[in-house]
Amino acid sequence: MNAIEVKELYKSYDGVHAVNGISFEIGYGELFGFLGPNGAGKTTTINILCTLLKPSAGRVFIAGFDVSRESEKIREHIGLVFQETTLDNELTTFENLLFHAYLYGMSRYDAVRRIDEILSMIGMQNKKNELVKHLSGGMKRRLELIRGLLHKPRVLFLDEPTIGLDPQTRANVWAFIKEMKKIEGTTIFVTTHYIEEASDFDRIAIIDHGRIVAVGNPQKLINEMGRATVTFGATDSATVQTLLEHGMSGLGSGEYQIKTEDPDMFLKQMMNLSGLKINDFKINKPVLEELYISLTGSEIRDEYIDRPPKVRGHNR
Amino acid sequence: MRKFILPVYVITLRDLKKFFRQKSRLIGMIARPLTWLFLIGTGLNQVIKGGLGVSYIQFILPGILGMTILFSAMFSSISIVWDREFGFMKEILVTPVSRFSVAFGKIVSGTLVSTIQGVIIMAAAPFIGIRFTVFEALLLVVFVMIVSMCISAIGVFIASMIKSFESFNIIMNFIVMPMFFLSGAMYPINVLPAFMRYLMYLNPLSYGIDSFKHVMFVEFAHFHSDFSLFSDILLMVVFTLVSSILAAFAFNRQQKE
Repeated sequence: MNAIEVKELYKSYDGVHAVNGISFEIGYGELFGFLGPNGAGKTTTINILCTLLKPSAGRVFIAGFDVSRESEKIREHIGLVFQETTLDNELTTFENLLFHAYLYGMSRYDAVRRIDEILSMIGMQNKKNELVKHLSGGMKRRLELIRGLLHKPRVLFLDEPTIGLDPQTRANVWAFIKEMKKIEGTTIFVTTHYIEEASDFDRIAIIDHGRIVAVGNPQKLINEMGRATVTFGATDSATVQTLLEHGMSGLGSGEYQIKTEDPDMFLKQMMNLSGLKINDFKINKPVLEELYISLTGSEIRDEYIDRPPKVRGHNR
Repeated sequence: MRKFILPVYVITLRDLKKFFRQKSRLIGMIARPLTWLFLIGTGLNQVIKGGLGVSYIQFILPGILGMTILFSAMFSSISIVWDREFGFMKEILVTPVSRFSVAFGKIVSGTLVSTIQGVIIMAAAPFIGIRFTVFEALLLVVFVMIVSMCISAIGVFIASMIKSFESFNIIMNFIVMPMFFLSGAMYPINVLPAFMRYLMYLNPLSYGIDSFKHVMFVEFAHFHSDFSLFSDILLMVVFTLVSSILAAFAFNRQQKE
């Protein structure tokens, strides 16, 4: 059984499908990114996987447990880091972590040992008794991440872990997440707006209008797009002849271009030919962002589908 | 059992630590009732003829004590709404602890925080000429705890029913303030027209404040209290139990649609 299995998941509010029949699996130890515009159904999906929302239809298994019937079991085996900070500013680093450990049923002895271990691992031992309100934004984020890992969950959910952080801190947070993944071997499910940050994830899914439009390794997905271009500059007539024979087409002013799924392969092939006189060359590989935009059509959309008005019969 | 008690312990410890560390909140929570007591009490003392052995400033002390509990217990519970959107409560709802124990934990912490404030206000009694024995003081603390628990449970119930912090003002204006004025805090219940009296009978704070009057005005209690001490205690316990159960169930079912 995989760490996460989602089969034909639906969630609707007042007849509107926020999540419209999605399916995917995530293996143990994977770093999986869940990308999509605002309102695509990301938050709804993560809330269902974390047992905070009930699905309208479909099956979801986390660490082998069914979300519809075994939500308490699932909660023991998952960690969750929210978009917003959920630390207590008036409490110290240690108190925040200790209370969390208690809620997962850890004994004081185990909790203290684990806290010391994990704090020294990330070099925050000297902040142990500091009030959280005195920590920097990056430190708070790291503190939340280790709090999510404190009880050794099998799956860690990160909802926009780098939102609102400056670029350098963002890079640090990612380095930290990957480091923790290596040490703890935790399966990590991440949603993010910053598409490029997902380029080196194990796998990603792109969701739009409640449906998954692409899933797989990000590099493979990009290659499948077939949008990479190789451009050569050449004036020598024999060379030009050869370039044209290999499927390149002239752009004018001595430039010849080909679109290919595998630019590296094409280059190797060309380099093996002798006698070519190339003045200049350019390779343009598409980035994840382009794939994303081509699939979802936009980067920006209103927030409202993700946060539908919560209707309850009796207070209307 | 450990699984039930531990969250209660964590929530209570956390709320108490926060309570004592947020100095401004602590000072505000104590300054408000004392301001009411001394400014309104002293001012109206000159206008209202006390009579029947008790001056006006003395008459409102039980009411001010009730007000202190009402505000602090209600505030402590309503903070769930805030915490649910921005913090601790959101985090706690994805831990494996049962929602019942979370609701109970909030009731216990609200009870303790507001009892502490109630005891501080009780200390004002000697300064306005109300004295009680150690036994009476202890009895009063017990009543303060029961009222605190009742209001905390009502607060948890309300917090479970409302979705966002914007409803906070509505709660203050349509629940908390009427509960305060319709409780016999500022004037005796029997001077009011019938329909207001019935509203008071539905207000658990009325019985709480009445029980304080029984202890504070021992010899004049028959003039100033509205119910017998026995019915005060009985009704408070019933209100507390019912609201605790309602709170636990309302809290348990929220956010599960």
